Amino acid sequence: MENDKNSQKIVDYIQNFARKHSIFVLAYGTGCGAIEIPATMTSRYDAERFGIRGAATPRQADVLLITGYLSTKTLKRVIRVYEQMQEPKYVMGFGSCTINGGMYYDSYNTINGLDQYLPVDVYINGCMPRPEAVISGFVKLQELIQQGKAENGKKYRENLEHYRTNQKKIIKNWRMPDYNW
Amino acid sequence: MEDLGLKIFGAVLTTILGFTVGMTYGGIVRKLTARVQNRYGPPVYQNFLDLFKLQSKKTNIAHGFMGHMAPVWIIIAAVTVLMFIPILNGDLWFPNLSFHGDLIFLLYMMVFGSLGMALGAGQSGNPNSAIGVSRGLSQMVGFEIPFVLALVALMIQYETTSVQELTQIQHDTGVWMVFSNPFAFLAALFASLGMFRYAPFDIVGAPAELASGPISEFGGKYLGTMMSGGAIFAFIKLTLYVHLFLGGAGNPDNSGIFATLLGLGILLIKTFLLYMVPVFYGWINPRYRTEQAIRYFWGWPTALGIIGILWAVY
Repeated sequence: MENDKNSQKIVDYIQNFARKHSIFVLAYGTGCGAIEIPATMTSRYDAERFGIRGAATPRQADVLLITGYLSTKTLKRVIRVYEQMQEPKYVMGFGSCTINGGMYYDSYNTINGLDQYLPVDVYINGCMPRPEAVISGFVKLQELIQQGKAENGKKYRENLEHYRTNQKKIIKNWRMPDYNW
Repeated sequence: MEDLGLKIFGAVLTTILGFTVGMTYGGIVRKLTARVQNRYGPPVYQNFLDLFKLQSKKTNIAHGFMGHMAPVWIIIAAVTVLMFIPILNGDLWFPNLSFHGDLIFLLYMMVFGSLGMALGAGQSGNPNSAIGVSRGLSQMVGFEIPFVLALVALMIQYETTSVQELTQIQHDTGVWMVFSNPFAFLAALFASLGMFRYAPFDIVGAPAELASGPISEFGGKYLGTMMSGGAIFAFIKLTLYVHLFLGGAGNPDNSGIFATLLGLGILLIKTFLLYMVPVFYGWINPRYRTEQAIRYFWGWPTALGIIGILWAVY
């Protein structure tokens, strides 16, 4: 969203304002973290007051929320889901497992470090992060969107070779359709 | 020529009005739902932000020609039907085409948008979409029967099919159709529960069950256009109900700017109160299954519709 002079024009500003206040979340409930999402969305913490609401399908979603560890099997599905999302799209890594593997750091079957495989905008630390931490992560993402710094969809497209190489190291039987924007 | 200019101006004004009111009502419902659930809730203008965000998505994908056309069909159908219903009875600013449309034509045209969505969803190839479409058509078979029975009761009672004339009769006699044929109104009110697709009749969209049903493969601009069409459709249904049963709005004897504003105010109050009926009903109900929904509509609402026809005949 940044123009040549590296400053936002009025249209970009308004677009970013709308994007910031309307975040459709696709919660990919891979691990134990999915249990924190209902608490974040319902009446006690009420994420909808920030304009955050659940999206049912990847086509409608803006944010892919990876809640917890990713096994090599689910990584394939996550990549497929991420590639179906429409730009601008953001990824949030949720919990220690997505950052460095967490308690599964030496497991033969999970990945350590989500950002080798997908571009991550915001990491939320904790095991598990409480709803306050999740909301603070969303607020951080909102700041990035407003500043026009959340451009990871473009980054993924431009560095596709790098990400594909990493992904294919993990997924041995790569039988996936081509990336179709 | 001046007349034509006024008509075009009126058409644009009507579309903007229907869109704004429909979207705002959706936002108010989201806020009210949040308050009922003891949440703070999104701001009232949240739907506009969602729409703006969806329209400013950078990539949009369509699965073939009908997938591309479905949102266009929906919004075309919405605007077309909007032109055929009287916004304010006999008003100078919203003349549109209200004199040339009748109820039977409206019944056909109101299905057109759903048909477009069904075709578009069918081409996306998503199994959730196919289930959603079949559910939607089943539900439509359910609620159309009491709705049509109620409208037929009105047509028999006053021997006209024109919405404009029905409104005018209520204005002239001073008796709203709620009172002159209460059974028809009740049947139509039950049908409206299914029309607005709030719980317990949200079996088409069913977020947790069907991944939002027919729209599951639509994102970005397509979803945004569908949202605008849906907002206009909500306004259409409410306005139609108000003009058929609740005495309409607007004063044909007085055509000043203040009469127009007063008419708009009355229209907004009546449509909002009417909109709260399916919303309130939805707050206290879980979701029906498809056959339960159809059985619901073919039970008491249909019986009330038949009683309404008998009331009109005798």
